[in-house]
Amino acid sequence: MEVLNTFLIAPFLDMADSPIFLLEVVIGGLMAGVMYSLVALGFVLIYKASGVFNYAQGAMVLFAALTLVGLMENHVPIIVAIILTMAVMVGVAMLIERYMLRPLVNQAQIILFMACIGLNFVFEGAGQIAWGSNVKKLDIGIPENSFEIGGVLLNAFDLTAAITAAILVAFLAVFFQKTAIGRALRAVADDHQAALSVGIPLKTIWVIVWSVSGFVALVAGIMWGGKAGVQFSLVLIALKALPVLILGGFESVPGAIIGGLLIGVFEKVSEVYWGPAFGGAIEGWFAYMAALVFLMFRPQGLFGEKIIERV
Amino acid sequence: MSAEPTVGRKIGDVILDVANVSLSFGGVRALNGVSFDVNEGEVRAIIGPNGAGKSSMLNCINGFYKPTEGMITFKGESHHQMETYESASQGIARTFQNIALFKGMTTLDNIMTGRNLQMKKNFLWQALYFGPALKEELENREVVEKVIDFLEIESIRKTVVGRLPYGLQKRVELARALAAEPDMLLLDEPMAGMNHEEKEDMCRYILDVNDEFGTTIVLIEHDMSVVMDISDRVVVLDYGEKIADGTPDEVRANQRVVDAYLGVQHD
Repeated sequence: MEVLNTFLIAPFLDMADSPIFLLEVVIGGLMAGVMYSLVALGFVLIYKASGVFNYAQGAMVLFAALTLVGLMENHVPIIVAIILTMAVMVGVAMLIERYMLRPLVNQAQIILFMACIGLNFVFEGAGQIAWGSNVKKLDIGIPENSFEIGGVLLNAFDLTAAITAAILVAFLAVFFQKTAIGRALRAVADDHQAALSVGIPLKTIWVIVWSVSGFVALVAGIMWGGKAGVQFSLVLIALKALPVLILGGFESVPGAIIGGLLIGVFEKVSEVYWGPAFGGAIEGWFAYMAALVFLMFRPQGLFGEKIIERV
Repeated sequence: MSAEPTVGRKIGDVILDVANVSLSFGGVRALNGVSFDVNEGEVRAIIGPNGAGKSSMLNCINGFYKPTEGMITFKGESHHQMETYESASQGIARTFQNIALFKGMTTLDNIMTGRNLQMKKNFLWQALYFGPALKEELENREVVEKVIDFLEIESIRKTVVGRLPYGLQKRVELARALAAEPDMLLLDEPMAGMNHEEKEDMCRYILDVNDEFGTTIVLIEHDMSVVMDISDRVVVLDYGEKIADGTPDEVRANQRVVDAYLGVQHD
């Protein structure tokens, strides 16, 4: 009886007790979720265009953030530093296309996945060799004060991050669904040979998609770095994107967003209301459990393309 | 099948010349010194038993395979090896033996990819999706709608192609190739796996394309009655070598062809 009470009744009584607090927890979760979405987006982009799960996405976030901070430490003005970092990410995309994707064209997905794991180490290593491994502070001038709206406490930084992510997402969704380049990207993801036969330049498409994904990594790096400092653990955030992707579907941009938000809210709400019942700190694994359970019912994710195969 | 080529078709000069092309995969010789030409506006068939190198030949022409020897001349430009992007931008479109469509995309989107090379607006304009890019999208959409109309696939415009039956998928694939408004169309077994009625439809479409747009057609097909009916000239391959080349009647009468492929005389 007591077990039932702690797990099924008490948490909901707590929620009902203070709706404002619940709202704050949910909003806190949404804000964290936006950050997860940002990282997940990078994965989705590359998955859509090359069918590869880019294990190195987290390392790209770290690499982009390290490059940005490193430039700013050398007294490069912030705008210039961002543009330079973006140029570096485009350069990196070109190198990846030339030396990783091109030699591996038509290889099995698992081989590309292995290559991405290798790439992960290259990014981690290169970033730290170039810019050192100390925790760095990234201050790009977003206000961090908190304020109240209708009794709910909000943080200006989180809000900025959320708005930035929302704009980015809207932009990418239109880009993928409506434009000719987006269509070419989807075509490449679907069938390389057919894409080549209609004259879609595979190499250019890969450079574009890895560049866009580098851009997303940079934005995620700025947001995460600004919040938690630029440090090695940024790489681990990438793993948080995994349940987000399972929930949202690997090939869906809106899925990455909503998946991220859901995971964020799940995490915070479970930590606050169910955490004590487990002795606390369930934030770390709860998302994975949720994704696992979800997988049993909808293997393609919330918005994933349903697998249709004619036999 | 009585689809006679319409009178008044114009057969022009040589548009594609394949000279002495050889292709090897490791120790396997897929093509061995094959030469033939294709005239502008003609329907040219490549026939032969399974494994004769027919598809390999098409793959060399559009640049998927790189011949080890030989020359391919298209529209007066000679290449030792074709590049897929170049061949597409110079006006070669193709379909595949095992349908290669973008299965997760709608019929309309699939056909729109065929217009890819005609959509040249700057990447940033496209990303913004307004102004010139939107206008361009609409112009190309018009061409695509004409193709859809021509092949009578209006009703499946918004259907995801993975859900379509085989015969319709073949037609969508043809539509995507046509959307590029190609000068030369390579068709790899366009009628494989179709029933009699579907084959007749496909024949009619191929002849109409050839007739109305003057598109040169190179096709691989196993159905002899179709091949003999619709093509102007036929190349016969066997074990990677050319064993005959000529009009359907000449080829039909050729003893080597009968031995290698046709078996009994066909009429």
